[in-house]
Amino acid sequence: MSESNKKKSDLKIFPSGDQDVVVTRTFNAPAEFVFAALTKPELIKRWLLGPDGWTMPFCEVDLRVGGKYRYVWKNDDGREMGMGGVYREIASPHRLVHTELFDEAWYPGECLITTVLTEKDGKTLFTGTMHYVSKEARESTLTSGMEDGLIPSYDRLEAIVEELKRG
Amino acid sequence: MSPERLDATFAALADPTRRAILARLASGDASVTELAQPFEMSQPAISKHLKILEKAGLVSRGQDAQRRPRKLEAKPLAEATEWLERYRKFWEASFSNLDDLLEEMKKSAKKPTPTKKKKGDSR
Repeated sequence: MSESNKKKSDLKIFPSGDQDVVVTRTFNAPAEFVFAALTKPELIKRWLLGPDGWTMPFCEVDLRVGGKYRYVWKNDDGREMGMGGVYREIASPHRLVHTELFDEAWYPGECLITTVLTEKDGKTLFTGTMHYVSKEARESTLTSGMEDGLIPSYDRLEAIVEELKRG
Repeated sequence: MSPERLDATFAALADPTRRAILARLASGDASVTELAQPFEMSQPAISKHLKILEKAGLVSRGQDAQRRPRKLEAKPLAEATEWLERYRKFWEASFSNLDDLLEEMKKSAKKPTPTKKKKGDSR
């Protein structure tokens, strides 16, 4: 992977309180642009992919309160992962609240995601708060079942990619 | 790692003072007095935090009976942060894509997509 030429970002990920995980990151663009990238299917498809090897062949968004969204990722090796949820609050371009549930969730219950975009001097601070249904739900994202999820698959994926590169 | 243990670990890590204590201990063992100094906190207050960290298995007590230095236990911390590292990989890669996309959006237009007309966002 070509990580070497990438600038270091200010990404922070940390547990908060009993049930939350918080992700923060600054983007060098106005909030309006970031909000568009978070909510327009043709844009979502282009970045919400994790490490190399995944694409998002299916992305549908009904951007209104109570409206649904659905993403399907596909890996080079044929594996698929689906995820979807419902929009709860939409205040473009500063705030977005939606639920999130993986088809094969490895944690109980839906996760409620609150995204806040704070613009300053043309830059935007992204703060995503993932609120799990319980302490236990947050913890179970840390332990068993993770092997079935999208995120841990990257470890294996990386190993495979490295192998391919070596020929 | 048992769920109870992870529970305790995450509760312990959720507090900024306790994270600062762990960071301090990462650079070497320290007594309660030594730990209290940089935090402008009373020793009992620090002791309370240390108790939580000890219960989570993140901190242990050293041999010296007089000073009773506290020591960082690296393994449970590594286990708890492993998950965060995996999460980080996903977001690091996705956000890096987003950086590129935003640059493109800035170059190509003043507005992200001029398809929808919106009446003034009043709030």
